[in-house]
Order: sequence, then C-alpha cells, then structure tokens
Amino acid sequence: MASFSVPEKTIKDILPENTLKTLVPQEEVTRVVKTAPSRYRNEIAKFIVHRNLNCKRCGKCAEVCQYGVHVLKPGYKYFAEPKNHLCIGPACEKTGNFCVAKCPNGALQLKENPLFKALGDYRWPGDLILATWKMAETGDVPPAEYGFEYECGNSGGGFDRLRFKFPDKPPVKIDADKIDTSISLNKRGDGRPEIKIDVPWYGGGMSFGSVSNVTQLSKARAAKAWNTFTCTGEGGYMERMRPYDDHVITQVATGLFGVREETIQRVPIVEFKYAQGAKPGLGGHLLGDKNTPAVSKMREAVVGISLFSPFPFHSVYSIEDHQKHIDWIKHVNKRALISTKVSTPTDVDMVAVGSYSAGTHIVHIDGGYGGTGAAPDIAKKNIAMPIEYAIGRVHKFLADEGVRDKVTLIASGGIRSAHDVAKAIALGADGVVIGTVELVALGCVRCSRCESGRGCPRGIATTDPELAQKMNIDWGTQRIINLYNAWRKVLVGLLQRFGMRSVTELRGRTDLLMHLDYANDVGVKK
Amino acid sequence: MPEKYHIKTQPVPPISPRIGKYGMVDWREDCARCHNCVKKACVYDRYRQEADYIRNLSDVDTLFFDCMGCFSCVQDCTKGLLCMSINPEYQKMGNSYWTPDIIKTTWLQAETAKIPVSGAGYRGPFSGKGFDSMWTDMSEIVRPTRDGIHGREYISSSVDIGKKLPYLAFNGDKNAVNASPLVSIPMPMIIDMTSPAHTLPQLNSIIAQTAVNTDIIAIIDSRQWQGNDKQLDNIAFYIADGEVIPKDALKKTRLVEIPDSAKVMERIKEIKKIHPGIVIAVRVELTTGGVERAIKLAESEEVEVIHIVADPNGNEIGASKPRFIKDMTRHIHTALIEKGIRDSITLMAGGGIALPEHMAKEIICGADLITINLPLLIALECHLCNSCKPGMVCPAKLEKIDINYGVGRMTNLIAAWHDQLIEVMGAMGMREVRRLRGDVGRAMFFENLEEETFGKLFGSRKNN
Ligand code: SF4
Ligand code: SF4
Ligand code: SF4
Ligand code: SF4
Repeated sequence: MASFSVPEKTIKDILPENTLKTLVPQEEVTRVVKTAPSRYRNEIAKFIVHRNLNCKRCGKCAEVCQYGVHVLKPGYKYFAEPKNHLCIGPACEKTGNFCVAKCPNGALQLKENPLFKALGDYRWPGDLILATWKMAETGDVPPAEYGFEYECGNSGGGFDRLRFKFPDKPPVKIDADKIDTSISLNKRGDGRPEIKIDVPWYGGGMSFGSVSNVTQLSKARAAKAWNTFTCTGEGGYMERMRPYDDHVITQVATGLFGVREETIQRVPIVEFKYAQGAKPGLGGHLLGDKNTPAVSKMREAVVGISLFSPFPFHSVYSIEDHQKHIDWIKHVNKRALISTKVSTPTDVDMVAVGSYSAGTHIVHIDGGYGGTGAAPDIAKKNIAMPIEYAIGRVHKFLADEGVRDKVTLIASGGIRSAHDVAKAIALGADGVVIGTVELVALGCVRCSRCESGRGCPRGIATTDPELAQKMNIDWGTQRIINLYNAWRKVLVGLLQRFGMRSVTELRGRTDLLMHLDYANDVGVKK
Repeated sequence: MPEKYHIKTQPVPPISPRIGKYGMVDWREDCARCHNCVKKACVYDRYRQEADYIRNLSDVDTLFFDCMGCFSCVQDCTKGLLCMSINPEYQKMGNSYWTPDIIKTTWLQAETAKIPVSGAGYRGPFSGKGFDSMWTDMSEIVRPTRDGIHGREYISSSVDIGKKLPYLAFNGDKNAVNASPLVSIPMPMIIDMTSPAHTLPQLNSIIAQTAVNTDIIAIIDSRQWQGNDKQLDNIAFYIADGEVIPKDALKKTRLVEIPDSAKVMERIKEIKKIHPGIVIAVRVELTTGGVERAIKLAESEEVEVIHIVADPNGNEIGASKPRFIKDMTRHIHTALIEKGIRDSITLMAGGGIALPEHMAKEIICGADLITINLPLLIALECHLCNSCKPGMVCPAKLEKIDINYGVGRMTNLIAAWHDQLIEVMGAMGMREVRRLRGDVGRAMFFENLEEETFGKLFGSRKNN
C-alpha cells in the first residue's frame, strides 16, 4: 500500500517546547468520585410498595427492610411515602426480610411500577437507563440485588447478542490497580505527540446549539479529569472551553461553522467529520428554533434561520483531496493529530485505508444506531450498516494492508455500556467514542424531543436559557466523572477475568466472544 | 433538465384528538395544590391542552393526551402523584405489521408534509423481518457529489411505465425501431385500489384529486368511476374480467390495468384496438405460483407492465410459508435479467409498502415503482381497526370527512415520502431513481452481513 504522506520533521524541530501545549492556563478538575444524586424530586422506581389502610403503624416494615424504603420519621404519626426506587422488588422474597411477608397486618403489596414500562426502548431499555443513572450517581456499578441489566440493551442483534466467554478462573491473578486501560491515539510514529488517553473512550461531538453549554462544559471537564477528550461538534469553540483546551477535539465539518485558524491551533486533535452515523450522507441540520443569538454568534450566522451543513465536503471527491485537507490542518497546527470521522457504507474498509494513506492518525467509524442530534427517522434506521458489522471489516482490511498498527481505530454509534466498549474492542477497535450515554448520565430519558421547539425538556440538549438552568456544571461534571469511573471498573473486572494487563490485549480477540444466535462451533471438533 | 418536481403542501391538522404513545395518569387525591404545580411547567403545555380539550369535549373518545414522555412532571411532582404509562389506545392501533409507530408517523407526515426528525438516535430493534432486514448504502468521500437534498443538484425520481426501447436505429433522422407507448410519472409511486372493506363515500374522489395534485396515477375500478374527465390523465382504470370497457373515458387515460386471466392476451388486444397509445398493466396477485406466473407473462410480446400484488403485509397470499414481497420481487427481477427481457417489462409492486424506506428498498430489490393504498387511508386518521363496516363506528369518521381535508392529508403524505426518497438517494449518491432499480449493490442485506461478520466467527446461525 503506497503511503502518500510526506515525511515530516519532528515536532520539536518545528516548534519550541512550550507551544506543545496550549498557552491558555488550564483548569484542574480532580478525578474523585462523589455522590451526585438525581436532580429530580421523585426517582423512577421499578417497583411500588403499596401500603393500605390495614397499616397499624407498628414499624415492622421499617425494621426489616434492608434498603430504607419505609420511613417513619420520629414524631410523625404516618409513614412517609415509601422510597420505592430503593426497593429491590420480588428478589426480596428470598432474603428473609421481605416486608410484605413480615407485615403482621397484611398491609403491604409489592407491584411492578407501570411507569417503568413507559421508560426506554429497544436499544436503551428502562433497566439500562436506570443503571446508568445509578452509575452516574455513585461512580460504581449498581448493586447486584437490584438486578439491573446494565451490560446490554434489548435490540435483539449486534452487541446485544454477543457475550464474552470467560475462562473458569483467570489464567493469572492481576490486581485491579495494575491493569492499564489507556490507549494511544498516535500510532503513526510521525513525530507528532504520542497522545495517550486513560480510558479507551472519548466524548463525541455535540455542538453548542445542539446541547447547552452546561452539557458541553460538563463533558469537557470530565474529559479533563479522566485525561481523555471531548469534541466540539460542528458549531464552534466556546470561549469557556479554553481552560480545557488540551482535552478538546475541534471538529471540522462540512458547514465549516466556527472553524478558524485559532480554533484549530489551540487543540491537540482535529477531527474531520465527513459523515455521521445517525444521518449518513445527509449532512447536519440545526433547526431555526435552536439558532439562538448565542449560537448564531459562534457560528457566524443569522439568528433563527435553519443552518445546514451540506454533505459531503464540496472540496473532497477523492482520497487525494482528503489528503489536501489533512495537510492543511497539519500545516496550521503542527502538533495536532488528525481524526477522520466517517460513517459505515459497504466500502467502509476502503474508506478507512484511504484515509490512513492520506495521513490520518485516527480512523473513526460511526455506525448508524447512535447519534444524539436531530436526524431524519428514515436515516437513523435504514442508512449504512450497524457498527458491529463495520468494526471487524475495517480492522481486518487495515491488517491485510499491513497498516493496522499504524492507525488508531475508533468505533462509535451505539456504544451504551462498558460491555459494549469491551465488545467493540474485541471485534477490533482500539477504542470508542460515546455520546448518548453521557446525556443519559445527565438525566436524559431518551424521549427524542431534543430537536423540537425549545429543545430538551430536561435541560440537556437545549440552548433555551431557562431550560438549560435545570442543571449546573459541577453536578454535570461529577455525573460524567462517576459514570466513567463505574465503566472503568467494569472494564477492569473483565480484563482481570481474562488475565490481561492492558486493554490493548483485548483488541481483535473475537475468539473470546460468542453469539447467542449462533452455534459457536467454529474450530470445535465435531 | 426537466422541470423540478415539487408537490405543493400545506399543514392539515387532524380532526380527531391526537392519540399519543404516552399518557399521564394523575392520582388526584392527595394533591397538595402547589402554587407552582409541575403541570404548568410542561414544556409542551400538555396539561393546558388537555384541560381545554376536556372542556370543549363533545364526545368522549379518549382522555389520554399526547404527552411527549419526558418524565419531567412525573419526577418533579411534590407528592409524586403523576404516573406515565403507555396509552392503551395507542397500543391497540394497527396490527403486528402496521404498527402503532407506523400509524403515528404516517399521521404526522399527513399533517405536516415534513420528514419526521427526532433526536437521541435510533430506538428500534437491531433488524427485523421483511424490509427491516436490509439497510441502504451511503457514499462516503469517493463518489461524485450529490446534493439534491438542499436543491443544488437535481435528483430525479421520475419513472417510465411500459416497454423500453431495446436499442435505437435510425432511418434518416427518424427512429426506425417501433416504439411502444410509455407513461412517465414524476415519482415511482402509483395509488392502488383500496380494498372493498374500505370503500367509503368520497374515497375515490379524494384519491383521484390527490393523484392530480401530485401528478402520479391512481388505479380506480372502472365500475366505481364517477369522477370528472379532467382527472383522467392521472387515472388508470382497473377493468375487471368481462366488464365492459368504458371506451370514451379510456381514450383519455394513459394507463389501464386488467387482471391476469386465461384470456389476458385477447383482452390486451381488445384494449389496444380501442386506444393504441395506452399502456396496459396486468395485475398478478402473488398467490402461490404468482411469482412464476409473473415471469411467464413477462415473456410474452404483448405484456408491457406487470403489477405484482402481495397481501397487505407484503406476504405471498395463501402460502403456508409465505415469501416476502422484497424477496419475490428480487426473484422475478433476476429471472427477467437472466432471460434478457428485464427492460421490456415494467414491474410495479404493491403490498406491504408501509413506509417511504420500503419504497426505496423495494426498488432496490427490482421493482420499477411501487403501489400503495393503506398508507393513504391511514393519512385520513384511520386506525386500521377494521371497523369500516356498516353498523360499526369508524373512529376517524371517514364517512364524514371533507374532500379538501382528505386530499390535503394524502398529498402531504406523498410529498413527505418523496422528500424521504430523495434523502435516501442523496445519501447513496444516486441522481436517478431509474438507476436504483435492482441495484442491490446499494443495499446491505442482513443475511449477508451476518454471514460475513458473525458467521465466520461463530459458525452456523441457529434457526429462530
Ligand atoms: S409492618 Fe405493616 S402494619 Fe406495620 S407499619 Fe409496616 S405496613 Fe404498617
Ligand atoms: S420488598 Fe424488600 S426492599 Fe422492597 S420495601 Fe420491602 S423489604 Fe424493602
Ligand atoms: S430531549 Fe429527551 S432524548 Fe433529547 S437529550 Fe433531552 S431527555 Fe434526552
Ligand atoms: S411527561 Fe413531560 S411532556 Fe408529558 S406531560 Fe409531563 S412534562 Fe409534559
């Protein structure tokens, strides 16, 4: 495979040492887990404990319940409303502390909460949403008693039907603190910085315009805390992001909104967005409602009109044109790594290799089932292949062309859990980009209304000042830090079971996977 | 370049109360009458709308209102009195193929003429049966541009119905090959007859006017035609076996449909004698043997257009293990290519086309164009409840609707479908729907992707 890239001098030959980083003072965000409870008064419960008029207020239930559901405050005559979200449900029957059975007056009943049925969808069932909320609250996996399914969704295919085949016991015992979950983003060895991130994921592009600045900043601060990245999305670089410059990826997309030399120069990674999974081949579209004065200022556009990013880049019709693009950015920012984000057409493997040859450091493939912004329903469901199919193809093709270890392969578009991360890596990716899950951590219920009217009623994907006030930056930051912590724990646990010291050992290990819809008999002697 | 195809639309609000997916249940007792009740904070103002609706209620249909499911009020109510649930009315609509979600999105498109857009990614199953077992392709960096969506380049959705010229030969400056008549319509869609179950007063007039507005063609049973002659350019009569041919009216039409029968060739000759310039479609119901019959018919010199029709859910009619319309179409299309006669036949396919992506996918599988009827009925707020029999109550009050409402809603739906076809083609980098026909390279099929990806790794797929 011919490489088109021109050998470069090493970065230190070109720039003095001190410009390797942004010159803007960077703010510290510490990586500590702190409880960040739901910002809503009533938490959504899977089960309801109902107390009827037979209750004699003897207090037995409060005494037996190990989860603090029943509260009779001292001096109060009546019980407070049961804290249903703390109840573990029918699983409690076996514990010997089941309030319903213990109540001497038969005053208690346990029911499934009808509300729970209205929460979630195939890709994000209610369980996964609640479990993610718990992780964002506590920084840990939800306690086993609650029985939350937090590994998979219920879509009936892809990640949701893949499972790991763990050995009966780990081949070697490795302490959790000895396990390395970092991955390297520059494998080209071209003298540009060897950037490592501490977890094999970074945050996807969500523009100011599609999400509030509290959301954007929370993501950036969590990225800082975890030494990973977040991406501006298309729509410009907020001044307020500058204290986190070293953890920000500037996106250059087809509309070139907010792209200036200075926004390219201040970051360590620049991402070209050719296409995105949720609307492959369709470009971006910010509805007029969301183009508020603040948004239009940053995008250098007129308030209130719909903003289109065309598809594709009208200056790119070939890999050679793509290379020109990359050379342009490399020239403007001598220390930047380049990421190329594409979606997953039939020839995604060719596109990936082409992009490598044009000089990209990161090939980022974005499958159809993810995405956070507004997209036509017809595109989300139907256009381009799910990421689960694309990862292996690209991984293999890069390997066949002899360049697999020269480029970082990042997958996105439907990564919802730490198990999805691990599965994507086992299929051949180096790491992943996440998006929706960060919004869920901030309290998203996946109502899909992000695009309409004033935007997200929960204050996440909105630029409406009143709605955006529903959340503050410290809380948002903490929720994402906690989520990352819980995910890393799960990942470390998986690696321990396989006896792996580094997440990089997991890459491409399809032999460790099985698929529930297959006989899994390949290589098994019959 | 032909004049750009554009359908004039304007919003046509529903006449029945909206049926949302979610409803709120309010356990009113114990309410603290908070000064700042969460109901006032609903971003979508649903509670006030509900109150207004109840106040003005003339007949009680449903008390569930169209909540957007954001859970904000549920989670913020001081006393935790609000509970959201899936609206049972919503779940009752349609059937396993024509799901409530399909009905809801169709209503929305019929109201607004807009492409449904939503946030937060895809919510559905990984794949499914029928059309849900394929994805359409997109073109990344390397193919020439296609920006028809935002109007800079034209993506043509027009198709020709009839026998295409196999080659050109000239005698002087005149074409020396005998050209068969061709009918061009600006969109690969024909409105099929509605089933007798749905025969409602006005329905044919609404459909005929919709065909005129959108410049496509509607097939209408000649026995039911009472419309006006000015619409005939957009009407194709269905002339049943043994039925008299309405000669005068027929001469003003471009396309006609007859059922397949033992005497179909004679019938074709008879009609051609009356109106040599007309294109004749033969309707082949896809019962067992229907596929083979379609292929056989295609071989005869006289047949120009075959209209294959599966059952409303896209299945082979009356088969114990029915094949799906897309697979039957692929089979016929491939057989015709192998026989070298693909272009001497136009293949129209109907049955099971419920969403605009089905139109694109069916064309990829080999149809030249598709035919629909149920989506247009749903556009009129039909619930597919099968109550449209004398003596039963139609929840959409179809017997009372106003013609302008009906035409507006159907026109909107067709416009939205057209725009979505353009979106899908734009993504593929296709500029002509004619070239999409049978281009399976522009699609990815579940079976193939599974085999290439997981079959290699995990062996044989279990039957489930
Ligand atoms: S145990 Fe039963 S009677 Fe006693 S306080 Fe609880 S609910 Fe009331
Ligand atoms: S069922 Fe168990 S967890 Fe739930 S309230 Fe009763 S004792 Fe507590
Ligand atoms: S509008 Fe709904 S889906 Fe979108 S971010 Fe907000 S809560 Fe999530
Ligand atoms: S759940 Fe949201 S949309 Fe529905 S009524 Fe409550 S606040 Fe309004």
